[in-house]
Amino acid sequence: MPGKVIPWLKVVVHLLCLLPLLKLLMMFHSGALAAESDPVQFLTHFTGLWALWLLVWDLAITPVRRLSPKLSWLIRFRRMVGLYSFFYATLHMLVYVFLFSGYDTATALEGIRAHHWGVPWQQLKLIVPSMIDDVKQRAFIQVGLITWVLLLALAITSPQRVLRAMGGKNWQRLHRVVYVAGFLALMHFWWSLKKGNNAPAVVSIVFFALMIARLVWTLWQKRKKRARMVTA
Amino acid sequence: AATKLNASPTKYNLGDITPQSKVTSYNNFIEFGPDKSDPERNAQSMHVRPWTIQVDGLVKQKKTIDIDTLMKLRPIEQRVYRFRCVEGWSMVVPWDGFSLGEFLKTLDPLPSAKFVQFFTLHDPKQMPGVNSSGVGPQGYSEGLRMDEAMHPLTLMTFGSYGETLANQQGAPIRIIVPWKYGFKSPKSIVRIRFVDKQPETTWNDLNAPAYGFYSNVNPSVAPWRSQERERVLGSGFLPKIVGTQPFNGYGNEVAHLYAGMDLRVNY
Repeated sequence: MPGKVIPWLKVVVHLLCLLPLLKLLMMFHSGALAAESDPVQFLTHFTGLWALWLLVWDLAITPVRRLSPKLSWLIRFRRMVGLYSFFYATLHMLVYVFLFSGYDTATALEGIRAHHWGVPWQQLKLIVPSMIDDVKQRAFIQVGLITWVLLLALAITSPQRVLRAMGGKNWQRLHRVVYVAGFLALMHFWWSLKKGNNAPAVVSIVFFALMIARLVWTLWQKRKKRARMVTA
Repeated sequence: AATKLNASPTKYNLGDITPQSKVTSYNNFIEFGPDKSDPERNAQSMHVRPWTIQVDGLVKQKKTIDIDTLMKLRPIEQRVYRFRCVEGWSMVVPWDGFSLGEFLKTLDPLPSAKFVQFFTLHDPKQMPGVNSSGVGPQGYSEGLRMDEAMHPLTLMTFGSYGETLANQQGAPIRIIVPWKYGFKSPKSIVRIRFVDKQPETTWNDLNAPAYGFYSNVNPSVAPWRSQERERVLGSGFLPKIVGTQPFNGYGNEVAHLYAGMDLRVNY
């Protein structure tokens, strides 16, 4: 892939990753979001699902790259896609806090319109105790929260400067938690649903296929290395 | 297609009715798929005529009743009830029907009958999701204690919004028990059985810690997820979140049925 094409491709990938957000904005504008039977449920599911799929596609980059040396340029999109996954995961959490948890969004918005800037904050303080209760009682919310914190750690340490400051080894060790995050995100999805709902099946299968691909690759590399050592 | 029903208004009247389009597009009817948008898509092929209901168990005389005969038994009333789903959302729906008790009385159940059991149609040919739903071959089943079933609030429901039920809502006949979570209100009923012991019920079988036999709406019991609040589905984008009321707001009428019972144990 010639270097000149990469910046253009980056623009394309940015746009692709922003498409789900664009869809939401259009739905909001046209009233289609309000017409959804349960807009909050829709937003929760939509943002969570995109966070998860982007994470899985991100994890697919390395195995796909290994298929051919010609695909090595794919690595240059890994950080970007990962950050978009974090972006949708953050939206997912904000939906929980401001639309799902009982936060009085209408009152908060009225406060903002009247330039009473304390109102949104007061409303948040009102809801915090019951939110903490909710998190304490619900394992699937705890798992979701841990996933988000892991993704946050990865996002914060994603700039080149931080990588250099941390040193490659440490950075790589930290960034391996992306597999844990992927696994926890799936757990969060399965646990949030009623028994019998297999909506996360497809994304789960893709995730585990990618994990197996990595495992096979690692074992194969080890064998090659050993074979080399024997012949030497 | 929906037929108009001649339903007369009653004292059960609440404001802010949920738009009908939301009520008919957001359904839990696992025989037609696990997602709430599945039933609207998949239930249209269900045949709701001819339709009969088999009555058996502890009853003087077993019989089979035709739906059209049943609908003429009593004048149809319109009752606007809160409908609270265990998933944390609720709707305000005008249901059309008459008290289930009016019908049950005509069946002469034996004194030994203590519970009523309801069965939903189970037909893999018409219900594409039924085999993967976890519902056993006897069909989705729910049950009520006799006094719950005879309570005037419990509605034998043929329609909503002044017309016959859409298939995804449980046409041609379902039960509505407004003080219980929605899954206690079985749909597309083909069989009613009187029994002497607390019957097995589908969700209780699938996951007993989360779904109790009684499943009365109760903000202070939360075996599966918090039930303190609910999103009332209406016409706006911003959620209308209100505190959930014990017995879904029907405590004055039904709390006495559970006098002396520990509702934390009998959830």
